[in-house]
Amino acid sequence: MKREIPLAILLITGLFMIFQYFVPHYAISDIASKIQQWAIIITSGAALLGIANLLRVSLDQAIARKQDWMYKWVVIVSLVVTGVSGIVGGIEPGTFFNDMIYFHMYTPMASTMYATLAFFIASAAFRAFRVRSWQAWLLACTALLVMLGRIPFGKMIWGDFPQFVDWIMNVPNTVAQRAILIGAALGAVATGLKMIFGIERSWLGGGD
Amino acid sequence: MSSVWTKINHLDKRWIYLFVLLAVALPLILPINLPLSPSGPVMSFYKAIESIPKGSIVLISNDYDPGSKAELYPMTEAVLYHLFKRNCRVVMLSLFPAGPPMSERAVARVTEDLPNLQYGTDFVNLGYKDGREAVLVEMGRSIRSAFPKDYRGIPYDSIALLKEVENYSSFALVISISVGYPGTKEYVQYAQGRFNLKLLAGAAAVSVPEYSAYYNSGQLSGMLTGISGAAEYEELIGRRALAAKAIDAQAIGHMVIILLIVLGNVAWFVTKGKKNHE
Repeated sequence: MKREIPLAILLITGLFMIFQYFVPHYAISDIASKIQQWAIIITSGAALLGIANLLRVSLDQAIARKQDWMYKWVVIVSLVVTGVSGIVGGIEPGTFFNDMIYFHMYTPMASTMYATLAFFIASAAFRAFRVRSWQAWLLACTALLVMLGRIPFGKMIWGDFPQFVDWIMNVPNTVAQRAILIGAALGAVATGLKMIFGIERSWLGGGD
Repeated sequence: MSSVWTKINHLDKRWIYLFVLLAVALPLILPINLPLSPSGPVMSFYKAIESIPKGSIVLISNDYDPGSKAELYPMTEAVLYHLFKRNCRVVMLSLFPAGPPMSERAVARVTEDLPNLQYGTDFVNLGYKDGREAVLVEMGRSIRSAFPKDYRGIPYDSIALLKEVENYSSFALVISISVGYPGTKEYVQYAQGRFNLKLLAGAAAVSVPEYSAYYNSGQLSGMLTGISGAAEYEELIGRRALAAKAIDAQAIGHMVIILLIVLGNVAWFVTKGKKNHE
C-alpha cells in the first residue's frame, strides 16, 4: 500500500487536471483551484522542510568539526539571524531585515558574485574560443558577430549590423530553439503520462 | 616576433582581469554616452505600452534577485516610469523570494520623480508567493486566492486598486522581468495562451536566445534584451538612467573580449605554425 496509494493519488489528480483544462465549467474549475492551492501550500511546506534539513546537516557537520566546519557556522548564523529578524522585525522598507540584511549585505554580495562572471568569461573566452575545427570557426564567428551587433559600436561599423544580428537571432537561433523546446515539451508530456500511469516510479524513492 | 605571440598565447589571466576591470570601470567613471538605436523587440515593447488606454492596470512580475540586479533592475525602474507617465496603475509581485524588495526600491526611486503617486491607488506590491507554476495558473482564476495580503500585510480587500483586480483579465498587460525559473518561460507556457495574456518580457541577456522563439511566435508582444535592451528603452522613454550608464561599460567590455578572442587565435595560429615548422 505504501506505493499503491501515492500512485492512485497521482493517477486521479493527474487525469483530473488534464480533464479540467478542457472543461471550463465552474464546478470543475473550483475543484481544480482547490488542488492548485494545495500545491502552493505543499510547495511552501517543502521550503520549510528544506530549511530544517539545511540546519540539521550544517549543525551535524559544524559540531563534528568536519571539513569546512567553520563555514557551516556561517550558514547557521546567517540563516537564524535573517529568519528571526524578518519574522520578529518585519520585512518592509525601514526594517533591519530590509535595510541592513537585504540591501547592505545580501545585495552587494550577490552582485559581487555575479560581477566576477565578467572576469571568468573573458579569461575563458580567450582560451576556449580557439578555432580548431570548422564548427569552432562557426561558433566563434557567430559569437563575435552577435557580441558586436548588440553594442552601439556594431552600428558605427555597419549601419545594418543590428538588423543582421536580429536575423541571426530570429532565423537560425529560433529554428534551433524551437527544435529544443518542442523536443523538451514532447519529453515532458511523455514523462508526465508515464508517471500518471505508474510506468515511471522513480519519484516514489527507493526501498519498500 | 614569435616570442611575442608565444607570450600572448600564454597570457597570464591576471592581465585579462586587469583589461576587463579597466574596460568596465573607466566608462562608468568617464561616461562616453554612446548613441543608442532601439532594436525590433525593444520597439515592440515600447509600442505595446503606448498602445494601452491611459489608466489601465498592468501587472509586473519581478522575478529576479539581487544577483541579477545590475541587468534587470534598470528595466524595472524604466518600465515603472513609462507606465506611471501614461497614468497607468501597477500591480507588482514576485515569484522569487528575494524579488519584492527590488519592486519596493524601484517604485521608491520612480516616485521621487513622480511624487503624486499613492500606494494602494496607483500601485501595489503583492510580494512573493511560493508555488511556481501553480501560482501562475491560480492567478488565472483569482489573484485574491493566490495573494490574500500584500507585501506589507494589508488584506487584499482593503486595497482600493485591488477592488478592480479579479484575475489576469483585469490587466491590459502582463510584464515579466525575469532571470530564470520561474519566470517568463513559465508565464508563456502556463498562462499566456491559456488566459490570453498580452505578455511582455524583460530578460537577462543569457535568456534572450531562448525567448526569441516566443517573441517570433507572437507569444511575447515585446522584449527588453539585457542591459542593451534596457538602455535602448530608456532612450525611447526619454529618461537615460542606470542602463544608459551601464551600456558604455558593457560595450567597451565586449570590445575587449572580442579583441582577446581575435588576438588569442592569431597567437595560437602563429605558434602552432612555428611548432609544425620545427
